[in-house]
Amino acid sequence: MNEGLCADIKLANDFQPDMMRIVRKYNLTDDVRFFQVRPMEEQKALTLCYNPGQFMMVSRLGVGEAPFSISSTPSRPGLLEFCIREVGQVTQSIFRLNENDSIGVRGPYGNGFPMERLKGRDLVITMGGLGAAPLRSLILYALDNRDDFGEIYLLHGAKKPGEMLFKTEFFDMIERKDVNTMLTVDADDTGKWPAKVGLVTTLFKDIKQIDPANTFAAICGPPVMYKFVIQELLKLKIPKNQILLSLERRMKCGIGKCGHCVVKHIYTCMDGPVFSYWDVINMKELIY
Amino acid sequence: MRVLKLRKKDLKKMLEKISSFGELWAPVKKGDKFAFQKIDNLNDVDPNAGRTILPLKKFMVPPRFSMFRYDKDGYHEQLGEVTDRVVFGAHACDINGLLILDKVFAEEFSDPYYIERRKRTAIIGVSCVPDEFCFCKETNTDTVDEGYDLFFSELGDDFLVWVGSSKGDDMVRAAEELFDENISVKDIQKFIEWKKWRETQFKMDIDLTAMPDIFELKIDDKVWEKIGEKCLACGSCSMVCPTCNCFNVTDTVALGKMEGTRDRCWDACTLHEYSLVAGGHNFRGSRADRMKLWYTHKLQAFIGEFGKPSCVGCGRCITTCPVDINVKTVAKTLRGEEVYFK
Repeated sequence: MNEGLCADIKLANDFQPDMMRIVRKYNLTDDVRFFQVRPMEEQKALTLCYNPGQFMMVSRLGVGEAPFSISSTPSRPGLLEFCIREVGQVTQSIFRLNENDSIGVRGPYGNGFPMERLKGRDLVITMGGLGAAPLRSLILYALDNRDDFGEIYLLHGAKKPGEMLFKTEFFDMIERKDVNTMLTVDADDTGKWPAKVGLVTTLFKDIKQIDPANTFAAICGPPVMYKFVIQELLKLKIPKNQILLSLERRMKCGIGKCGHCVVKHIYTCMDGPVFSYWDVINMKELIY
Repeated sequence: MRVLKLRKKDLKKMLEKISSFGELWAPVKKGDKFAFQKIDNLNDVDPNAGRTILPLKKFMVPPRFSMFRYDKDGYHEQLGEVTDRVVFGAHACDINGLLILDKVFAEEFSDPYYIERRKRTAIIGVSCVPDEFCFCKETNTDTVDEGYDLFFSELGDDFLVWVGSSKGDDMVRAAEELFDENISVKDIQKFIEWKKWRETQFKMDIDLTAMPDIFELKIDDKVWEKIGEKCLACGSCSMVCPTCNCFNVTDTVALGKMEGTRDRCWDACTLHEYSLVAGGHNFRGSRADRMKLWYTHKLQAFIGEFGKPSCVGCGRCITTCPVDINVKTVAKTLRGEEVYFK
């Protein structure tokens, strides 16, 4: 075998989950719950370091492991936040956990958003449904480092008022002068919705103060949303390589080994989950 | 590289001398095929054995094994009871397959389970004569310069023994008296002649020229529907392929206890659930899309990433697929030739 592999160093096992404590949990909607966790090992908690847009593999003893976007921002250290929809075996089992229960977490993985390249730019952040999970990290990071960015637009669409994630947080942002927050629902079944009604694509006509060549857009949402939102962003003349998408795939390892997330030679877990629209045009299977 | 000679009749003696390096495994006849099996009787070792049903990957990544034992305190690493092994009889294509697995498993985010087994498995390669299904010449994997500990090349009544690693050197030293350091001009001529003759033994008609470009041009072509219609989605091609490395991870619970194991088992991208995510969206619901993934990964994407295909021309997909979907027929179909699938 290659002599290089023989090195007698005990390498860290990248498949090993770290045990973390659930600090706080509450429901965001009927089927989406917010979890705040902290590594049991103090040193890990103090050195936790990640990029907005990265993800982690979350484990439940005896049930399994699945990838989840990090919803918290690295600018608020010590804690990790996830918003999780109860949709499969692993998530059902996570939903049975209470505060102070332990959970296995490993990562962070993936590229995340290119924060250095985003500095000094205008941002247009568009999220639909659970797409708020990774993009909340980006928006909170940008607001915590507000002077590093130009104009910031936040567009958030949900099917109906009861399904909007982080509603309180985003309604508070409407009050802020340094971010243009636009919230919409496809249909208002409550009759009391104070913000806009209509598809998220109807919000783009109100984007006025950006310099398109100096703007980065970020999108995350259900697969059907990408095509229509990208059309709107192109109409605004934002360059294709400055439109960033966070994508979802089945993953079993997070570190480019298990193969499930592969598209041609691209591993969504290592080369993504954040891709530019230009990558997507050249990689037909990335979005349908 | 250190090169020595070993008389063919001394092979058994030599294998006996190196028994302290680990359990001996070699290809053994199984029905009309061969399979790597543990050797208890040295008379069973056949240096002329044909391709084995499963490639060397079964030693480095067992079909199923436990990665962790878990209890209420968390996950405890289990590198497993990995035994030291000596695998005799690996062909050049299979060792090239291992080199590809090394790239995937032993570089960035290295896989400790793979590395542990790779370190503990000595590989003794043997030169071979291609049969009607071999096309390693077309994939440039008909010879191999690294990735083995020892490599035995045909030399009439002798083997020419190439020492490829420090462990290989130790093995030679453990049976020093059986090896001959003197390689004559005649030996070299004999070796070259044999190599030339071997070149003439490749019979298969296969052309992989410009495959990455052909894939790019044919990616939306109807031929994929045709191939997808034939595919049984059985996963056999992935099981026998030396470079297919996909795996699934599942937790197994011990009855009545908060204990169990996290297990890893081979997976195949041709299976229906391969790209299915929670919530029910399947990124590759159709067999045509999954076939496209298998073949673009081997013959296009890997070339873009590592400069060579992740196909080593071993011929296993040809001898295994029940409906004749394999590198040869797919390459032909993409080139526009009419191909009959079963």
